Amino acid sequence: MKNTFIGTPMERREDLRFLRGRGEYVDDVAMPGLLYAVILRSSVAHGRLVSIDASAALRFPGVHSIITRADMPGGPPIIPMRLQPLPEFKPFEQPVIAHDKVRYVGEPIAVILASSVAVAEDALEAIEVEIEELPAVADWQSASANTTVLFEKQGTNRSLVFHSRKGDADAAFANAPYVRREKLRTGRHFGLTMEPRGVMAAWDDAAGKLTIYGAAKVPFFNRRILSAQIGLPVDSIDMIENDVGGGYGARGEFYPEDFLIPFAARHVKRPVKWIEDRRENLMAMNHAREEECDLEVACARDGTILAIRGEVRTDMGAYMRTNGAVGARNVSQFMAGPYRVPHVKIDSSLWMTNKTPVGTYRGPGRFEACFFLERMIDMIAADLGIDRIEFRRKNLVTAAEQPYPIAHVQPTDAKDEYDSGEYSETLERALKEINWSEKAKLQGKLIDGKYHGLGVVCFIEGGAAGPKEMARIEVNPEGKFSVYMGTASVGQGVETVFAQIAADALEVPVDNIDHVYHGSTAYVSDGYGAYHSRSTVMGGSAVLDATNNFMALLRQAAGKRLGCAESNVTLDIDKVTGGGRTMALKDFAGLTAEGAFLNKKHTYSYGAHVCHITVDAKLGRIEIIDYVVVQDVGRAVNPLTLRGQVLGSLVQGLGGAVLEDLKYDENGQFLTGSLADYLLPTATDFPNLRCVVLDDYPSPINPLGAKGAGEGGIIAAGGCMANAVANALSSFGVQPRELPLSPTYIWGLVQAGQRAAAE
Amino acid sequence: MKLPPFEYACPTTLNEAIALLANHSGEAKPLAGGQSLMPMMAFRIAQPSLLVDLRKLPGMKEIKIGPDGVRLGALVRWRDVIDDKRLAVAHPLLKEAISHVAHYQIRNRGTVGGSCAHADPASEMPGIAQTCEAEFSVMGKAGARTIKAKDFFQGALTTALGADEIITEIHLPAWPAARRYGFQEFARRRGDFAMAGVALYYDLDGGKAANAHIGVFGVGDCQRRLPKAEAALNGKAVDEALAVKVGEAAAAEVEPQEDIHASAAYRRSLTGTLVERAIKAAMVR
Repeated sequence: MKNTFIGTPMERREDLRFLRGRGEYVDDVAMPGLLYAVILRSSVAHGRLVSIDASAALRFPGVHSIITRADMPGGPPIIPMRLQPLPEFKPFEQPVIAHDKVRYVGEPIAVILASSVAVAEDALEAIEVEIEELPAVADWQSASANTTVLFEKQGTNRSLVFHSRKGDADAAFANAPYVRREKLRTGRHFGLTMEPRGVMAAWDDAAGKLTIYGAAKVPFFNRRILSAQIGLPVDSIDMIENDVGGGYGARGEFYPEDFLIPFAARHVKRPVKWIEDRRENLMAMNHAREEECDLEVACARDGTILAIRGEVRTDMGAYMRTNGAVGARNVSQFMAGPYRVPHVKIDSSLWMTNKTPVGTYRGPGRFEACFFLERMIDMIAADLGIDRIEFRRKNLVTAAEQPYPIAHVQPTDAKDEYDSGEYSETLERALKEINWSEKAKLQGKLIDGKYHGLGVVCFIEGGAAGPKEMARIEVNPEGKFSVYMGTASVGQGVETVFAQIAADALEVPVDNIDHVYHGSTAYVSDGYGAYHSRSTVMGGSAVLDATNNFMALLRQAAGKRLGCAESNVTLDIDKVTGGGRTMALKDFAGLTAEGAFLNKKHTYSYGAHVCHITVDAKLGRIEIIDYVVVQDVGRAVNPLTLRGQVLGSLVQGLGGAVLEDLKYDENGQFLTGSLADYLLPTATDFPNLRCVVLDDYPSPINPLGAKGAGEGGIIAAGGCMANAVANALSSFGVQPRELPLSPTYIWGLVQAGQRAAAE
Repeated sequence: MKLPPFEYACPTTLNEAIALLANHSGEAKPLAGGQSLMPMMAFRIAQPSLLVDLRKLPGMKEIKIGPDGVRLGALVRWRDVIDDKRLAVAHPLLKEAISHVAHYQIRNRGTVGGSCAHADPASEMPGIAQTCEAEFSVMGKAGARTIKAKDFFQGALTTALGADEIITEIHLPAWPAARRYGFQEFARRRGDFAMAGVALYYDLDGGKAANAHIGVFGVGDCQRRLPKAEAALNGKAVDEALAVKVGEAAAAEVEPQEDIHASAAYRRSLTGTLVERAIKAAMVR
C-alpha cells in the first residue's frame, strides 16, 4: 500500500473532542484538597517595595496562606533566557516575585492560597503594600535619556544592541544615486489566547515528586528551569500538557507563575491551581511588537535596491524574559525581507521600560520589518516613477540565487540563508487571484463616499528551529500505533499532521495511528517544543526517523519469531509476514522505537499579500473588499489545517494592523485592561479573506521538504493594509507611518494632507 | 475577576424592592439585566452590599403604545424592542437605535431602564431619551415622581435617581407618521461603545424643517441635545448643503473628550459628519 495522506486535506482529529465538549484544559483538571491561587500584582509601574503586610488578609475565612518574598529568604529565583541567553541580559532577567523593586503594573507581589478564587480575591484587597514610587519610564525615548534607570547597578536602560551586517552598507550609501529615509513604528500587541494561562501543581511528599499540569510549548526546557530553581532533580518533575487554547509564542514560556504555583504546592503540601483571568492575561502575558525605526534605503534609479541601513528601538518592558530578545533580533536580520539586498546594516537596541515585559508573538520582528520595508518600497517606487509591482519583481530573490545568504547578527553570531524558492511566483499568483490588472483602475477612486485602495506586500517566514526533535512509535495492544512526540500542541492540529506523516511512513491507514501523544515530559526522552513554526518540519522529520528505527526493530523481532531473515519481514497494516508465516501486529504490542531529527538550518516559506480596501476618509474607517494571501510552504502536509493557520494568523495580523494596541499613560499605568479597551478582531470584522497554498519549491534541508508555515498570514498584514490605505488616500498625500491604522490616525493624516494642499 | 461578597434579594413587589433599597443607606443596587453592573462588580469598581433583583416585579416588562406615545416598562429588554413590529411605525428612531446596542447576547439581557439608570455616556438609550424628551417614571420611598430626560441625566454614570428609587417606565412622546429621522453611530468594532453617535428628527412644516431635535452620545460626559445645531436646521428647506451646515454647527457645539480610542478633535469632526449623514438619511425617509 502506497499512502498519500501527506498532501491530503484532512479534518482535524482533535476537533471531535473539542466539538463534543470533551477537551480537557488545565482548568478542567481537579484534585482533592485543591487550593486556589490568586496573585496580588503591583498597581505601581516603578517603585521600591518597602513592606508587605498580609496579616489582615490571612485572617479571612478560607485563606490558607500567603506567599511573598519573605518565603524565599535566599532571594527569589531568577528566570533565565531560553533563546539568545547572552551574559549581557543576565542583570535584566526577572525574579519570580518582586523583592526590592516593582518595575511594571502587573508584577507579582504575593500569592494568596484559599479555598476559592473569590475568597482569595476578597483577601487580596486586604493586603497592605507600601511602595515608594519612582518616576516611570514609559517609552523608549524616556528610557534612552537614562535619567531614571530600572536597574540601578547597570546604569543604563539599554540591555543590548543587535548588529545585523551584510556587505558594506555605508560604502553603498556613499555612492547611492537615491536614498530615502523614514521613521516608522508599530503598536504594542500580544498573542492573546482564548484560554488564558493556567498552572496546577501537585506535590507528592512521600515520593518527593512534583506534577505540573498546564504545561505548553516548551515543557522540557521549563522543567530544566524549574528543577534548578526549586532544587529537585529533573526526573522528580512531570510536566503534563493538557489541551491548550492558543499559543502564538506567548503561552508556555516560563513565567513567574510557573515557579510560584509549584513552589506554593510544595510549600503547603497541597495541590494548588492558578488560572489567569483576562485582566491578568492582558497585563501579565508577554507583550510584543512595539518597535520604532529610522530606516534608510538606497536604490539605483532603475529601482534596484542597493542597501538598507537603520536603527530600530524596541520597547522591551521591564525585564528580559525567556524569548524577549527574539523580536528585536529578527527585525534586524529580516529587514530586507524576501528581497535581494547586497548591503545591510541595522542596529537594533533593546530599551527597558516600566511596562509588561515583551516576548515573541507570531511572526516576531518579521511583522514589524515587513511593515517598515514594504511601506518604504511603495514610497520609493512612487519617487522613482516605477510601478510598485515592477519594483518588487525586480528585487525579489530568484530560485537561481538560492540558498541566498542574509544578514549576520552579532553578538549571537547568527549566520543564516534562505533555502529555496522563486519568490516572484507567489506575487504573480496573488495578483492573478485578486484580479489586480482589472482592479488597478479603482486605485484612489472615490465611489459612494469611499476611496478604493490596493495593497501589495511580499514576505518571508522563518521556521524549523533546531537543534533537534524527538518522536517515538509504539505498537499498542490493539495492534495499532501510538506516536509519542517531543513537540507540543498549542492548538495547531499536530495530532492530525503527525498521524498523516506516520501513516504514510508506515504505509498503514491513518486510523491505524491510534493516538498521537505530545507535549508531556513523560513520553520521549527529550523534546524541544512548539515555536518558530517548527513542529511539522522538526517533529514530522523525527517521525520518519522513528519509523525507520521501528521497522528495523520489528524486522529483527519478527525475523526471530517467524523464523525468517529480517529482510523478508513485511508489515501489512496490522499483520507481520515473513517466510510464509503471518503474525498479528498486536503480538508485538509494546515494541517501540525512538527517532530524532537534528537540524541547524532554517526553512523559509514565502509569499505575498494583496488586498482591496475602501476608506471612508471622514470617519477614518477601513473596510476590506478582498484580501488574498499566497504562500509557498515547500510541502503542504495538510492543506486544510494549513489554510486554517494562514487565515487565523491573517485575522490576528489585521487586528494588529487596524485595532490592537496595548496602551500606557505617562506614569506607566496600564490603560487596556479589558477586551473593551484592547480591541481584538471579532468574527464580523474581517469576513472577506482568502488564501492559496503552494508547494512548488520543497525545502532541501529536511526529508519532508516542508517549511514552517504558521505565521505567513500575520507577517505581512500590517504592511499590506498600510500600503492599501496610502493607495486609497493618495489624493490627500497620505502615508501611514504607524500602526494601528485607527480611525483617529487615518483621519488625522487626511486632515494634515488637506492642510498641506491648502498651503 | 470574581464578584465581591454581597447579599441578594429577589422581591416580588415594587414596595418591597424600594424598602430594601431604602434600608441599605445607599449601599444597595437594583439589578435588572446586569450587563453593566456585573462586569463592574467583577472588576470591583462597584461593591454594593445588597443586590435587589427586579426580575419578579410585575408590570415592568411591557411595551405600551397609545396615542400619547410609547411607554417602555423599565425591564423591557433590547430584544423586546427589536422584536416589536409595532415600533417600526410607533417609534422607528428607537428601533433603529437599539439595533446598534452591543451584541446579540447582551441584547437578550440588557434592559432600557438599566441602561438609563447606569447612564454610560456612550449608550444609545439615554441618547434617544434626551433626543425625544422622554419622561422617566420613578418610584421611591417618598412615592412616585416623573423626571424629564434633561433633568434625569446629570453626567457620566450620574442621574437624578435617589438611592431608594427605581425607574418603572420610560415614556417617549407620540411619533407623527410623517416625521423625518436619522440615526448614526461609529464604533471601532460593531457592538463597541460608540466613539460618537447621533439621533435626530424633525417635522416638515410647509416644506421646511421644524421641531428639530438633535441628540448626541459618546461625545462629552453626557448625552445631550444640540440647540444651536437644531436652530440651524429649523425653518429651513432641508438639502445636502444644509446637512453639511448643521453638521458643522454640531461639531462646533460639542465638548468632546479624548480617550485611547479617539482624540477630541476627531470626535468633534466625527460628530459633525454623523449629524450630516443622519440628516441626509432623514431626507430620503
